[in-house]
Amino acid sequence: MRRTMGVAAASAVVVLVAGCGGGGPQSSGDQKLTGDKIVLGVLNDQSGAYSELSGKNSVAAVEMAIADFTAKYGDKAVTTDITVETADHQNKPDVANSKAQEMYDRKGVDLILDVPTSSAALKVADVAKEKKKLYFNIGAATTDLTGKSCNKYTFHYAYDTYMLANGTGKTTTEQIGKNWYILYPNYAFGQDMEKSFSTAITAAGGTVVGKDGAPFPNTSGDFSTFLLKAPNLNPKPDVLGTMQAGAELVNVVKQYNEFKLRDKGVGLAVGLMFLTDIHSLTPAALAGTTYTDAWYWNFDAKNREFADRFQQKAGTRPTFAHAANYSAALQYLEAVQAAGTDDADAVVKGLEGKTVEDVFLRNGKIRAEDHRVVHDAYLAQVKPQSEVAEPWDYVKVLKTIPAAEAFRAPSADCKL
Amino acid sequence: MSGFAQNTFNGLVSGAFYALLALGLAVIFGMLRVVNFAHGAFYMLGAFGAYVLLSEAGVPFWAALVIMPVGLGLLGMALERAVIHRLTKLDPLYNFLLTFGLTLILQDLVKLRYGVQSSPYETPSLLSGSVDFGLFDFPTYRVFILGFAVLLCVAVWWVLTRTRIGMVVRAATERPDLTRAFGIDVGRWVTPVFGFGIGLAGLAGVLAAPMRAVNPLMGADLIIVVFAVVVIGGLGSIFGSVAAGFGIGLVQAWGEAYLSNFPLVSQTIVFVVMAGVLLWRPAGLFGREEAPA
Repeated sequence: MRRTMGVAAASAVVVLVAGCGGGGPQSSGDQKLTGDKIVLGVLNDQSGAYSELSGKNSVAAVEMAIADFTAKYGDKAVTTDITVETADHQNKPDVANSKAQEMYDRKGVDLILDVPTSSAALKVADVAKEKKKLYFNIGAATTDLTGKSCNKYTFHYAYDTYMLANGTGKTTTEQIGKNWYILYPNYAFGQDMEKSFSTAITAAGGTVVGKDGAPFPNTSGDFSTFLLKAPNLNPKPDVLGTMQAGAELVNVVKQYNEFKLRDKGVGLAVGLMFLTDIHSLTPAALAGTTYTDAWYWNFDAKNREFADRFQQKAGTRPTFAHAANYSAALQYLEAVQAAGTDDADAVVKGLEGKTVEDVFLRNGKIRAEDHRVVHDAYLAQVKPQSEVAEPWDYVKVLKTIPAAEAFRAPSADCKL
Repeated sequence: MSGFAQNTFNGLVSGAFYALLALGLAVIFGMLRVVNFAHGAFYMLGAFGAYVLLSEAGVPFWAALVIMPVGLGLLGMALERAVIHRLTKLDPLYNFLLTFGLTLILQDLVKLRYGVQSSPYETPSLLSGSVDFGLFDFPTYRVFILGFAVLLCVAVWWVLTRTRIGMVVRAATERPDLTRAFGIDVGRWVTPVFGFGIGLAGLAGVLAAPMRAVNPLMGADLIIVVFAVVVIGGLGSIFGSVAAGFGIGLVQAWGEAYLSNFPLVSQTIVFVVMAGVLLWRPAGLFGREEAPA
């Protein structure tokens, strides 16, 4: 009698195990996930100049992606144990370097996300390459991530200096004016932006009649020397292109308005601007300014639906960096689901050449050649105050720049 | 020619901010021997206070121009009584560290509540036009700042040289022990002078709000140059701080305008001047060598 009981119990176990095997794509017994779970790491600025355009709200966006992924796959998901690790790199390359190592080595992070500030972003790319772990950069602008510093484990997700210059420089030259005066902060990012813009403007048939590198950081906060110079150049520029960012951009725009350059026939184009910048300057101060946006929350119903959910969670409207962090986390989880493993090489293989469509990536494609994620970009213009119908709705999209034209061709400098 | 005049004018406007801040630092240093590192934070609080008053209570610029300096002056006096005067008898480094710590606390408190993004502040409508000077026109608001700052500096100079209070303050600054020997209670002037210096920083902050990015770090960026100004003028020298303030504003503006092909030069020119002055006159342009104790 005892013997039959034992056999029955054993066969029940066998049946149960077999039943389980049919459910999930791979059961945890196969050790397909390191530590039986997925850990996403958000490494960005959580206290400094870029903490509002990305920062902690990007962590919220990544949490949304995890919730959406879990809801979509339910118990068919490769795992339901997905957590987020986060750290503040303070925009310092050395801090970014050590935090990235800590994340990969000690916190079991499978993917590092965000990392604004180009110098810090490049350091993390080196760490990803060394540790053979994945890295999706969202917050940084340098094209070196898909150029001479590219590597197998690094993907550049949202935007870069070429996209900004090509969108704003080309279209503004064609539609608003041919003669430009460029003002840039005199350090790596500003110099890179100035070169990209000059190239795009010249290619579109425009002329750069003057350019100046302003001190960086500009301790006096005063840009009037340059703003006074602009309308007196010969020939007179039609457009002032400012490459300043954050608080320096605020100073330039305030003083541009103070000296009434728009009334003197000099329009304003901004190299890099986030929704949060328009909010702090107010649309009235920027009305009519054109810039290239990687994504805009009120562009269509799909974006708006995401923005509403984001607002419930974070209490504000998302910038393009928030939406891109959401999308990047989601696409990584989808890739792990498809591969059935979080092994970095297998996931990279699945990602390369993949076409993707989600709330952030429209006509998206993950290029195999250089790991640039290409997608539609938008030429945007700040609305006059009278047309702002609700809080944070500051922009109208003038034109969609198709994914194929928005980014540069793969660079010969990149050897994966 | 009109370009040169415009650049000169702009240099003087930047200089006006340096002068107001340096003047406050100079009177505080003179009276208390305290290098007030928190000066930039109070400048920031002035600008932020103006923004909060306008956006949350609808208080206009003109009222903020009175409320913020007075309010911050009182706050400064309270701080002096509560903490700073306890350390004045020790090595000056202690107060330097204390005020540096205060700066970090004040900055982070503002950051915690209002974030790092700059806050909007519009130019008051009365001053939003521009003034035609024949050769060139210039924003009315900048003309106002320059006039206001010059008037204020003259007023401070008048108080210090022509009134009894000023006499006491100057005497206490130069020889506190001797002044006490004449039966003058030096101690009772210390707190108001500290409050006055802080009030000036707050005033500069309110003036800056319409033309500069209003954010928690705005003072931290500026204070480095202001310290250079104070050193150039001579620590504790009231006239020196004002003269050096306007002078450095001019040097910066001309540097940016005429050395723009050498951005590194225009970026460092203030500190080059400072180093030169220190080599030539270690006590600053208008400072006096400390008498041996």
